[in-house]
Amino acid sequence: MIEIRTDSVEETVDIGTKLGSLLEKGDIICLSGNLGTGKTAFTNGIAAALGIEGYITSPTFTIVNEYKGRLPLYHFDVYRIADPEEMFEIGFEEYTDGNGVVVIEWPEQIQDILPAERIWVEIKKDLAAGVDTRIITIEFKGKKYSEYEKHWKG
Amino acid sequence: MSDLIVLGIESSCDETSAAVVKNGRVVMSNVISSQVDLHQKFGGVVPEIASRKHVELIMPVINQSLEEAGVNMHEIDVVGVTYGPGLVGALLVGLSAAKGLAFALNKPLVGVHHIEGHIAANYLEHPDLEPPFICLVASGGHSHIVYVESYNRFEIMGQTRDDAAGEAFDKIARAIGLGYPGGPLVDKAACQGNCEAIPFPRVRFGEGSMDFSFSGLKTAVLNYLHNMEQKGEKVNIEDVAASFQQAVVDVLVENTLKAAKLKDVKKIALAGGVAANSLLRNQLKSRAEKLNFGVFYPRPILCTDNAAMIACAAFYEYQNGSRAGLELNAVPGLKLGEK
Repeated sequence: MIEIRTDSVEETVDIGTKLGSLLEKGDIICLSGNLGTGKTAFTNGIAAALGIEGYITSPTFTIVNEYKGRLPLYHFDVYRIADPEEMFEIGFEEYTDGNGVVVIEWPEQIQDILPAERIWVEIKKDLAAGVDTRIITIEFKGKKYSEYEKHWKG
Repeated sequence: MSDLIVLGIESSCDETSAAVVKNGRVVMSNVISSQVDLHQKFGGVVPEIASRKHVELIMPVINQSLEEAGVNMHEIDVVGVTYGPGLVGALLVGLSAAKGLAFALNKPLVGVHHIEGHIAANYLEHPDLEPPFICLVASGGHSHIVYVESYNRFEIMGQTRDDAAGEAFDKIARAIGLGYPGGPLVDKAACQGNCEAIPFPRVRFGEGSMDFSFSGLKTAVLNYLHNMEQKGEKVNIEDVAASFQQAVVDVLVENTLKAAKLKDVKKIALAGGVAANSLLRNQLKSRAEKLNFGVFYPRPILCTDNAAMIACAAFYEYQNGSRAGLELNAVPGLKLGEK
């Protein structure tokens, strides 16, 4: 597990970019954190590393936004999903078995259907240190992803 | 000229909707799944996750739209359908139904961009409204300032770089415990509050830009709530709602006026769910009318996702020669103006 402290939105974006540069097709990144912690900002960083141009906008309303880059990015926000069953109706498996990177905000909502191997990112505020300070923990679960952890620590 | 009847179909997100519109301007029916009682169509059994059950809803909704309009399937001249942007699984349901109908009835099929539909809602409300005008399209999923040059030509002048305006309302409503959907609830609470109580930030990107950012505003509200909690002070929910709403409306109105001046148009229109917000309507109206712009907006039911607006947009696309083949596919990330 890796723990990083960031003191601005830009630094949070940069950590996303660092993670994004390690990613390959079929990778799943779960992004946990409260409202306003910077999940979409972090995803912007991942997108930059995937060569995606333009802004990554929040998928809260649309559930998933798709972007074309070096690898396609499927950016989910499953906050509005009441029952994991609903994910199958919107073709979730086709995304996770697909050719791109899957980022899922509010992954706790669909805990039951998430694969055991995944990258779990948690973003927490550290208000004692400052309003923009975040503690980001990245947990690489599974064999494939533990290789990423080695690369990260380089 | 004989009448041209368009069947419109919309299923890009939560709503399943079908509508019949005559000559692009007369709504003969507009059936929206969440607005009508379709219980008996399921024999009394309503699926728990009905909001996403487009497959089960699509045919009952289409049938009801024809019934309410008093037309039979063969009287339909054109089938118009949303093919993007939206959820691919949701879009495909409406699209497949539209293709099936167009093929079986041997009628032309027209693909419509969802935002183009929202803009067209204004034509249904105001029979005399014609382009060019500037349209602010603000909803849960979109925040765009669009220059509507003609019925078929659009230019995006500004858009959000993070959260959509409607989404900001939902998230703030969630944070201050007002519930869902956030838009109407924040609007209502704000009426009792002081919009100058808390100086929340207005994000602007300089003279040349009409883009929006609401993520920083959301964070500012959350930080304010946290600070109050730390200090043990009671939060005045109404003041938070009013101050937040004012901050959103200020930038929406400013950027829209900026675009209208730049394009030297005479008219400004609102569209999308946020167009139902009372402060946005009032402030845009008073500020724009001082500058001699005419202001237009649809009634609330035409601001939500509905198929009448899709049928209207399809009418103008059809008039312009647009015809889709049966190979028309759903395009989740469809950009406005792209074909």
